[in-house]
This record gives sequence, structure tokens and C-alpha cells, in this order.
Amino acid sequence: MSAVAPPRRHLLPFAVHAERRLETPRGLGLVTTIAAVIVALLISALLIWLIGGDPISAYAHIVRASLGSVGVLSDTLVKATPLIFTGLACSVAFRMRLWNIGAEGQLMMGAWGASAIVLVGWLPEGTPALVYIPLMMVAGMAAGALWAGIAGWLKARLNVNEIITTLMLVYIAVKWVQFWVFGPWSEGGFQMSERFPREAWLPRLTDYSDVLPDLGGLTVHLGFVFAVIAALLVWYLLSRTRKGYEIRLIGDNPRAARYAGIDIGRTIILVMLISGALAGLAGATEISGAVHRLQDNFSPGYGFTGIIVAFLARFNPIGVVVAAIAFGALILAGREIQPAGIPAMIQGIILFCVIASDVFLRYRVRVVRR
Amino acid sequence: MSDQPLAVEMRGIVKRFPGIVANDEVDFDLRRGEVHALLGENGAGKSTLMNILAGLYQADAGAVNVRGQAMAFGSPRDAIEAGLGMIHQHFTLVPSLTVTENILLGLREPRFRLDLARIDGKVGELAGQTGLAVDPRAKIWQLSVGEQQRVEILKMLYRGATILIMDEPTAVLAPQEIDELFGTLRGMTARGDSIIFISHKLDEVLSIADRITVMRRGKVTAAGVPAAGMTKRELAQLMVGRELLETVDKVVHEPGPPVLQLSGVSATSDRGLTALDDVVLQVRSGEILGLAGVAGNGQSELAEVITGLRPCSGSITVNGRDLANRPVVEAIDAGVAHIPEDRTGTGSAPNLSLTDNLIMKSYRTAPVGHGWTIDGVVARRRAEELKDAYQVAAPSVDTEARLLSGGNLQRLILAREISSEPGLMVAVQPTRGLDVGAIETVHRLLLEQRDRGTAILLISEDLDEILMLADRVVVIYEGHISEPIAADEADIAELGLLMTGSARSPRP
Repeated sequence: MSAVAPPRRHLLPFAVHAERRLETPRGLGLVTTIAAVIVALLISALLIWLIGGDPISAYAHIVRASLGSVGVLSDTLVKATPLIFTGLACSVAFRMRLWNIGAEGQLMMGAWGASAIVLVGWLPEGTPALVYIPLMMVAGMAAGALWAGIAGWLKARLNVNEIITTLMLVYIAVKWVQFWVFGPWSEGGFQMSERFPREAWLPRLTDYSDVLPDLGGLTVHLGFVFAVIAALLVWYLLSRTRKGYEIRLIGDNPRAARYAGIDIGRTIILVMLISGALAGLAGATEISGAVHRLQDNFSPGYGFTGIIVAFLARFNPIGVVVAAIAFGALILAGREIQPAGIPAMIQGIILFCVIASDVFLRYRVRVVRR
Repeated sequence: MSDQPLAVEMRGIVKRFPGIVANDEVDFDLRRGEVHALLGENGAGKSTLMNILAGLYQADAGAVNVRGQAMAFGSPRDAIEAGLGMIHQHFTLVPSLTVTENILLGLREPRFRLDLARIDGKVGELAGQTGLAVDPRAKIWQLSVGEQQRVEILKMLYRGATILIMDEPTAVLAPQEIDELFGTLRGMTARGDSIIFISHKLDEVLSIADRITVMRRGKVTAAGVPAAGMTKRELAQLMVGRELLETVDKVVHEPGPPVLQLSGVSATSDRGLTALDDVVLQVRSGEILGLAGVAGNGQSELAEVITGLRPCSGSITVNGRDLANRPVVEAIDAGVAHIPEDRTGTGSAPNLSLTDNLIMKSYRTAPVGHGWTIDGVVARRRAEELKDAYQVAAPSVDTEARLLSGGNLQRLILAREISSEPGLMVAVQPTRGLDVGAIETVHRLLLEQRDRGTAILLISEDLDEILMLADRVVVIYEGHISEPIAADEADIAELGLLMTGSARSPRP
């Protein structure tokens, strides 16, 4: 019954062999990521060229418009601030393979919570910033944490898929903010609240220009410092604490975690609360540091870009800061690049390449001649 | 019947896997219209032989004839085309599809248009003819396990199979479902189909089989003997046998007070069937209690209820502390160590470092745990000490656990569990799949623990291992646990009978 197989025709003069790697060399993750970004930029350049643009001048323009001077660098950091928070929010959850993709909604609720401190009007006029700012930050964190906590509770108790719930809660949060800015907090019928008093603004570098004139026009605010501190804290949480160990263990093997005596349900809720609080801070700092009022559409999707940032950083909190600044630059440059879709396209291609490059971490790829 | 060609004839089959000869010159034949039981312990080579017949493996040597014609199956599809169908222990059905859709999966017909109503009719007709009552339009998830098995059989019959290989078909069935299955099988043989029935339950084999072949360690110990003349005792002897054992130095000493006490413990399996039924058990300090039994009789569930991983009814105490239905962490606190059955799936985190894997049980308490934090320096130093002491072969303690061989991973798990200085150790299949050297290490470590006063519950399918290590032996069968027997007084044939449910020791 054995038949002789016909000789196979080969299309190419070489073959690509992929062998499973036994050990991933140290630093390969970073090298692969950088290589993936370079490949993504080359693909994007090709596309820009195909639509009749000049990729070199386009890239030069992006760099100039986002990192070319102290002024635009400051603007880049302003854009990066909410991305650091949402990137951290995603990283801390994704480490546990808890797919909180609704950082955008938690950001909205965080912004709303921080605004409520100002707009409800319980605090008397002239309340000092030292009272305003901490209260706003705590309210933003609490609102974001609560919002994510709903999805966490549903996941832990009823095993409801968190991808669906966190995403759906985004839409509710958007409508919730719209309700307040169109209705109770609307300023003269516009879809925005009144401007916050100066005491509710996060200090910016430009606020000190009367002492140091060079700082004039630099809008980077204290939220950026908060974000960097948050990154360090998340790094510490994940790598040095008992909870962080439990998160990593659950992320790698939930059955082993249960065997080690970890209460997975409680950890899910806790991590959702932490993740939501971080995303809530993104909203609170953005409102208090840059927008200075609650308004509709104040976020160009920081929560969703945070997902990309987290993947680009391979869920490493320090990497999140770097990736967020790079994406802040892209968002900033996007205002000046025509057609306007180019930066979004570049973002998409970068994410695609970085995720695809994972294969090089798991496999050693060799090309052999036939 | 002798003028008719045999349905299946296998001659001199040899199949080697790295390190073992799974089939060593095995002969097997199946007549038309008979149920031929293939009996043997786990690892005896039954499944390997049948996988060769079904085209999943290629034999290294030997010949296979089907209905008098030489066959060389390159794939399961070839075997199916020759009229052979294998039904695996774990079903291969898609839960969200209907019976008919599942039956059509993988078939070349129909080519394009799916006239489900017409095929539903065909399937229903086939089901009616064969007595495999099942609704063709029902979705798989709606069906009981017994009905799902009927779908598996229908799937093979629809493909024209006249020779069925059934791998432990009763393992997942409730008793009345087993009776129904046997009725179906008898109907099929009456119509001329032939069935190979793989099992290690003697009662079932004797009630359904016409002839029996027994395998042990890759060799045939009884070839096609008529079932009518056999007794359970003879079969048990053939199946379990006696081997020259690895010798261990077992110090005789009086066991201490009871550490683990179970009374009236019942639990259900993941499928919701009764897995443990009114279990009474006691393990004393400084003794190894061996729990023998064929896989799937409640061993996994027993280990899980003791370690807090599975809910149960009844009482479980460890050193007087009530642990029934308490969180896992309380069992860990009470000094219960657990060597789980599934080393990679439960016992370790594959992508985390050796250090992270070694602190799984100790990260909560000093010196590794420090309030909220983990002392990385201490954790690392401890990991290095354990790695050296237990000879875990790996480049460093930063190596990921998935890179360890089975024996090294088991050494890592033992290092972690023993270093917690447990009062009770639950070891489930601690040497399964390990090479001889690693097995000896595990045995030595378990005996050392015993001599230090740990109470050890050794759950194993390897009777030789149990008789070598244990002080007392109990047998689990369908969730019942027999009265303990002193290991040096245990009769292997008697244990074999208990393991296959053929004898039940009296309960006071």
C-alpha cells in the first residue's frame, strides 16, 4: 500500500526553519522590539511614498514637531503623561493576563471624579491647591478604580469575560461624562464645564516663568512627575512585593497559583482596582494639568493607545514611560502631518510589528539552502 | 469460522520510544464478530499497539493485516478507509455543534452544499438500526457523557468502520450507561462487526469479552485466551505480575500518632460524578501509607480535597486542625506538602525562574516574605541552596522552569515541598514518567521524610512502588477505600483484585 511520494517542487532555492528556542537570551526582548519599530518605520515609509509623500521629510518633520525644541518636547511630555498612566494600567492587568481594555472608560471616570471635587462646589472659594490637588487625584483614582472594579467583581464572582465588560463600560463612561457636560455642569449651553479655579490646576513649568523666564510657555505639568513615580511604584509592586509575585504567578499559570494557596478571585479584583486607579489618574491629571475643565472628547483615545503602549513595553513599567513618550511625540506630530491619518497608521504598524516580532523571541529562525 | 480471514492480525510488532520499548514483538489478532479485550496496567503498551493499528504511530517492525490484506497505514485516514475506527478515552467532539455536524467533521462528503436535514435523516436511520439512540439535531453540550460516546461510535459507523477500537470506554461512564454500552456492543458483534476493548477493569472484561489478551511492560503475557475459562485472580496475576525490584533500605520503626484523619469524606469529580464515597483514612507520623488503584478511581480528587483544592463533605483533620473545605493556604499553614500529579500544569510556573518556583510555598513567611515585600536576596540564596542540595540540573536559579527535564522538575518540586518541613506529605504519582535514576532519588527522598517523622500519603498506580515504599497499603476503587493491609503481608493478586473491583474487603 505504500506509495512513492512524487518529488516536491520547491518555489524558493532556500528554506526557512524555525526551531523552538530553549532559552531566551537576556536583552533579546529589547533588541527585537527596537528592530520591530525600525521595520515598522520602513513599512510606513513605503506607504507614505506610495501615496506620493516624501518619507524622509515626513519623519524629519515628526521629529522636529515633537522633539525638536524644548517647547515641543514639553508638549510631547504633556501628551505622554496620560499615556504613561494608561500604559501602566494595562501593563499591571496584562501581566496577570487580565485583559482590561477599558482604560479609556476608567480615564473618563477619573476625569469626572476629579472634576466633581471642583464642580460640586462643596469646597469654599479660595481653597488652597494643597487641598484641591490631593482631593482631585484621590477622587480620580477612586472613580477609575470603582469603574474597573465592576468588571473585576463580575470576573471574579461570575466569571464574566472582562474584555467585554471593560469595553462596554467605556461607552457608559463616555455617555456619563457627556451627560454632565451637556447638563448639570454645562457652561452656558456649551458641552464643557466652566474653567477650574487656578488652585485646582496642577502646577506647570510655565507657572514659574516670573522667577525663571526660560520656563515661559512650557506646559508640562506635575502630572508627568506623578506618572514617572507611578511607573516606579508599579515596577516595585510587580518585582519586589508579595502581591506582584502573586500577579506574575497567576499570569503564568493560574493552576499553580491556586496550588500555592493564592485566592485568584481576590487578586483579580485587587488588580482591577489598581489598574482602574492608574487609568483614573490619567484622567484626573489630564483634566487638572492640561484641560482645566471637564469637556466632551478631551481624550483622543489615551486609554486605547495605552494598550499599544503596554504591549510595546512588553508590560515593563519602565518601558511604558519610554513607549508613552514615543507615542506622545506621534500624537503631537499628528496635528501637523497631512494626511492626518499618517501617525495613526504608523502607530498601528508599530503595534503589528512588535506583536509579530514575538515569534523571534520564541523561535530561532534560520535560512538554509536547499 | 477458521476459513474466514481474521479481521485484524498483528505480528511481531515492535515500537520503541526513547528509553523504552513500548511494544516488544507483540502478536495480536481479532476475529470477525468478537469482542477482544486488551488488558494491562497503564504503560503496559496497550495504547501504543492500538495507535499503531489506528495509523497514529508507525511500528518499527512487524506486520499488520486487515481482513487478510497487508496494511501500512500512514495516517488515521488510511485506517478509517480500511474500516478501522478508534474511539479515544477523551472524546473528540465539538460541544457547540450538533450530532450530525460532528459526524460530518473531517469527511470529504458533502463537498459544498450542506443539506443538513437529509443527513440528519441518514444519521437518525443509522442510529435506529444500531440501537445508538441519539437525536441527530441535539447539540453535543446538551448530551450526557454516555450519549456523547454513542455519537463517537456513530461517527465511526457512519465512516463505514466495521472494526472498532475502544480505549477504556467505561472510564467516564456511570454504571447504567456501562450496561447500555455493553448492549450496543453485543448488537454490533451480532451484525458481524469486531471490537477491541481496552480496559483494566477485570469485571467488565470478563462480562463483555469473548477473548482476552493481557499485556505487561510491552509484552504479551496471555494471547487471545477465551474469556470463559479465566478467573479474575488469574487475570490479575497476569496483569500485575511480579518483578525483580529495586531494593531500598527501609528502617523498621513504630509509627507515631495519626497526623491525617479522614472520615466520611465524599466528593464529586469535575464531571459531577461521585469520585469519593464515604472515605475513611488515617496516616500516622513516620509512616508511608500507599494508596493503590487504577487511574481515575478518585485518587486525584482525594489529593485535592486534602490539600484544599476541591470541596467535599465529611471531616478532614491534620494534626487535629480541621481542613475540610478550607482554603489551600490553610493546608499549607497546617504543614501539608503536596507533590501534584501534574508537574507542569499544577506544580510549577513554566515561564518563571527557578527562584520564583522554589518560593511558591514560602513567600508569605520570613525569611523570604517581609510584610508586603519579598526579600529577593534571601529568596535567591535559598533557591541556590535548594538547587544544590537537591541536584536540580540547570544553568542558574534564573533559568525558567520549563527548561527543566521531568526528573529535574520533580526534584525542584520535592525540594520546595520537603524544605517546608511538612507534617503531612501528599505525593501523587511522584515517579510517573521519570527515568530510573530520578525514580531512585524520589524514593530515597520519600523514605528520608518518613524516617524524619513526616506522615506520607503515597498515591501511585505502580504497585511495585507502593509495595517497596509503603508501610501500609489501601486500595481505591470507584471512590471506595479498602481496609489497610500491612505492606509486607500484602498479596499482590489480592491487591490486583481489589484494584479492579473484583473483591471488596469487609468494612467493620
